[in-house]
Amino acid sequence: MRKLSLDRLDTLFAAIAAEHTLYLPVDGKAGARFEKWEDGKVLSDALNTVRSPKDFFFPQTDNLMDFKTEGKKIEIIDTREECEDFVIFGVRACDVRAFEVLDRVFLAEPADSYYENRRKHGILVSLACNKPLETCFCGTFGIDAAAPEGDIVCHKTADALYLDAETEKGEALLKALEAVTEEADAAPVEEQKAVIRERLAKLPLADLSADAFGAGKTDALFDAPEWAELAESCLGCGTCTFVCPTCQCYDIKDFNTGHGVKRFRCWDSCMYSDFTKMSAGQPRLTQKERFRQRFMHKLVYYPTNNDGLFSCVGCGRCVAKCPIHMNIVKVMKKLGGRANG
Amino acid sequence: MQEVKRETLISKAAALLADGTVTRVLGWKAGEFAYDVTPAVFRSAEELEKDFVFDDFCGANFSKYLIKETAKEDGKVLVFLKPCDTYSFNQLLTEHRFDREKVYAVGVPCNGMLDVNRIRTVADGIVAVREEGEEVLVDTLYDGTKTLKRAELLPDRCVHCKSKKHVAYDELLGEDGEVLDSARFDEVEKLEKMTPDERFAFWQKELSRCIRCNACRDVCPACTCEKCVFDNPNSGVENKAAANSFEEKMFHIIRAFHVVGRCTDCGECSRVCPQHIPLHLLNRKFIKDIDGFYGEYQAGAEVGSRAPIVNYTTEDIEPGEAVERGEGNA
Repeated sequence: MRKLSLDRLDTLFAAIAAEHTLYLPVDGKAGARFEKWEDGKVLSDALNTVRSPKDFFFPQTDNLMDFKTEGKKIEIIDTREECEDFVIFGVRACDVRAFEVLDRVFLAEPADSYYENRRKHGILVSLACNKPLETCFCGTFGIDAAAPEGDIVCHKTADALYLDAETEKGEALLKALEAVTEEADAAPVEEQKAVIRERLAKLPLADLSADAFGAGKTDALFDAPEWAELAESCLGCGTCTFVCPTCQCYDIKDFNTGHGVKRFRCWDSCMYSDFTKMSAGQPRLTQKERFRQRFMHKLVYYPTNNDGLFSCVGCGRCVAKCPIHMNIVKVMKKLGGRANG
Repeated sequence: MQEVKRETLISKAAALLADGTVTRVLGWKAGEFAYDVTPAVFRSAEELEKDFVFDDFCGANFSKYLIKETAKEDGKVLVFLKPCDTYSFNQLLTEHRFDREKVYAVGVPCNGMLDVNRIRTVADGIVAVREEGEEVLVDTLYDGTKTLKRAELLPDRCVHCKSKKHVAYDELLGEDGEVLDSARFDEVEKLEKMTPDERFAFWQKELSRCIRCNACRDVCPACTCEKCVFDNPNSGVENKAAANSFEEKMFHIIRAFHVVGRCTDCGECSRVCPQHIPLHLLNRKFIKDIDGFYGEYQAGAEVGSRAPIVNYTTEDIEPGEAVERGEGNA
């Protein structure tokens, strides 16, 4: 384990940025967001960024390929580029787990080369959550905000940042940072973890249970009468899906450039009326079915297909951002979850 | 703090359910925290007693929900309307979007609703919120209780409230207010004084944060098309994300044009934006221009009024003159 004093954070960022492009959460008018570090940018203390680090690997729009037409000739242009290593600093435990969810979708055979390329080159430096918020419930899904996963895992104490490598990628980066860090004892980190766990236990959503959900619960929940009431005031907007670190649905579209086509994919939302529209129309006729799809996918379908892994990580972004404040916590409580005893 | 209390609204609703005036109640439902109130339909006094809330976080404008709710079933629905909601209510009636006979509207005075995002900028980990006079006390997870000034926690639409007067209701709780002389166009004037380049840069910066979640459109009481052009795969402009950097501006500017003369300036668009884009400023620019070019006009002030934009008169300003005056403004 390595450490450096908090007043030298800039030295650390400069050392990382000397070798790789570095992104970190920076405060802004609309909340924190990941920005490219350059001298003068300050690491945000915010718990969550408005948009998740998913964007770096699965951007909202992604140019897949170009077609150039000349008469009857069509040329296909591969727009993929080998990307260089980049570092994302300050990723929270929930958002790191989100990559396991996304990996199982995009890296399953046949692997999505666009996503795979970025995953290969992205280095995740996670940061334990010293002050989890009232909207947090990562513990419900077995995530420990005191001990995140990641290539390098960081803990912030009152005066120092502790860094520990968890993967080969992380070890290589940490080795390159030896000049700006010093060898450290793990005891302060253990103390910090204990403080965080005590705080986690006291969160308002600490007792939220996912027991009623998971693999094989489709029949028990699909026709539950509660869905109608839960979906009643849903606006059908895409806020929850677009701020979600695990939502992975996309649409592929062609943009006519006049003398060719740009084929791009863009995030799609199961909340939208034209989502997965087929020749027979949209299979989910009303907002109730669309709403149900989103939560069943997170809590039942995904775990059914992925060894019980939930595809909600409890980051709380949708809880904070839904225009009408309907969210997965309310869904879980209504359909059988339990909080505060 | 709101003048009329939760209990008053509940007993009013329970009485109207009991005597058969209404079959259901559109109201605000308590959530997990102090601020996460959800619009909901209540059908009994028990349901109301259990979950109905009316407090400083009941900002949602219910007018648009009436389209869906009145189409669902027979019988009247009770709706509680704050003054600004009543303008949307009238505007929707003007556009024949719901059946007035199926609604029982109760006007509720409003002292301005708190903006949880403003609280979040100064207090993280909100556990409880309560009020003492002009102060708001926020219990937080880590910083104890923070004492904040209520006036500083109001969203722009309440800071610049245009009217405390209800322009539609069957019954009113409490005292009605007046149309206010608000400074709501000050921000627009600031934008007008900018050079075109500065203004472009301003909107570029704001709109570049847009994630095309469509929340602004979906909440907007003026956006009630059965099928929005942006959701229609056959329209040629349907897009779920920006194809280029101009795309977001196009979406928002087209939407603003589409609601010209119908936007009541309720401010819901800016309330719901997850990226805090001040979308209401686009609409206010149009309202200010209409006021300037055609005389003051407030959409929804009365049912059946024709917006100047769709009501040709020989007194209308000539297009060329409008351009000149527009340039004079800029």
